[in-house]
Amino acid sequence: MRDIFSRGLQTTIIFLVVGGILALALSGFFGAASSQFSGSLVQVQTFFATRFQAVQDFFAAPRDITTLRSQNSELEAQVSQLQVQVIELQQRVNETDILAALVDFAQSDPESTYKAASVIGRDPSPFLHYIIINRGSNDDIRRGMPVVTNQGLVGRIDAVIADASRVQLITDPGALVNIRLQNAETAAVLKGSVTGDISLDFISQDASVEAGDLILTSGLGGGYPPDLIVGQVININKFDFQLFQTASVQPSVDFSRLVIVLVITNFRPVDITPLVP
Amino acid sequence: MRNLVAFPILFLAVILQTTLVSKVQLLSGYADLVLVLLAGWALQERVTSAWHWVFVASLFVAYISALPWAAVILGYFVVVYLAQVLQKRIWQAPLLAMFAVTFAGTLFMNVFSYFLLTFLGTPLQFADVLSLIILPALLLNMLISIPVFAWMRELSRWVYIEDGDL
Repeated sequence: MRDIFSRGLQTTIIFLVVGGILALALSGFFGAASSQFSGSLVQVQTFFATRFQAVQDFFAAPRDITTLRSQNSELEAQVSQLQVQVIELQQRVNETDILAALVDFAQSDPESTYKAASVIGRDPSPFLHYIIINRGSNDDIRRGMPVVTNQGLVGRIDAVIADASRVQLITDPGALVNIRLQNAETAAVLKGSVTGDISLDFISQDASVEAGDLILTSGLGGGYPPDLIVGQVININKFDFQLFQTASVQPSVDFSRLVIVLVITNFRPVDITPLVP
Repeated sequence: MRNLVAFPILFLAVILQTTLVSKVQLLSGYADLVLVLLAGWALQERVTSAWHWVFVASLFVAYISALPWAAVILGYFVVVYLAQVLQKRIWQAPLLAMFAVTFAGTLFMNVFSYFLLTFLGTPLQFADVLSLIILPALLLNMLISIPVFAWMRELSRWVYIEDGDL
């Protein structure tokens, strides 16, 4: 009975002492000692925690890597999809810009009727400067119709099938266009070349031509309608011993970037071959 | 039935020529994929349909191109003729034969096209044509002849499967 009493007393005393120490510690009376103790405790806990984490990572990592790889591949697929969408949208924006410019151009000349066409290819031979467009006789395209962009004259229809046409560019070595120089009010002939450069020939020696002069179609010969912009004079070659002046021309159209063109469908070329002596 | 493979392959080649190859220019010249394909195909030992391929290729290209059809047809026939002559004589070095056929075929086709176009009234200067079209086209054709020859060899193995190959 005495032993039981003494054990209970001891336990009570121990609880009271420990509780008192805790109360004193929590009240801040053991500042230095408690901070040292807690510091040691944190260090020990950190030691065990990091070791445990390393062991856990060792066993769990392969599964995480697999998950991450699958997520990474999914994200990469999403990124590539989005990149494709961005490219498609950029193309649409570019096409829309081109079409808007072409609509403005068509509205500025309401007398002509136009049919828009996409450029779908070029001639397989490097000797010739032709393009292939995706409109043909099903769209009332006929041989000889002029082809333009909002920048100026491109060429004319050379051959037509049901759903496509071949266009001879004015840069083709075989192309000849009757033009007039706006400032000089004189006529001349525009010629293409194998390099894609265009030049003027048969300019009268009396004509006063200067660099920067605007070149327009004259309509002579009936091959093209008048007053379509062709380009500008870059430089003039004038020699007294020659019958005519010649000039280099900067075309108004960038032929390397032709995407969409307009076919003037209400123009019928005149065949003057029977009249040529 | 083996000859029918010419249609999709040459059709694809002509499409690639008009859309892609013709935009990869060196000066004013570019490669002739159809010509190189014909040369590569005609040089394969097992191939017996080279003349069918020439006919189909000529048909496609003459239909699309503004080049006089005589230049296309004669040019491609000469390429295959050269290939068949060289294939029997330089059979131990097929790649060398491919280079020789590509070189001679490109030269013939371009020079013949020049003369024909000049004859028909297109004003062309030979010096310009040589330096701006023929020589760059030669270089580009020689460059693409190596992969094209390898593709044609694989294609001929696939088309002309022999019992020993199985």
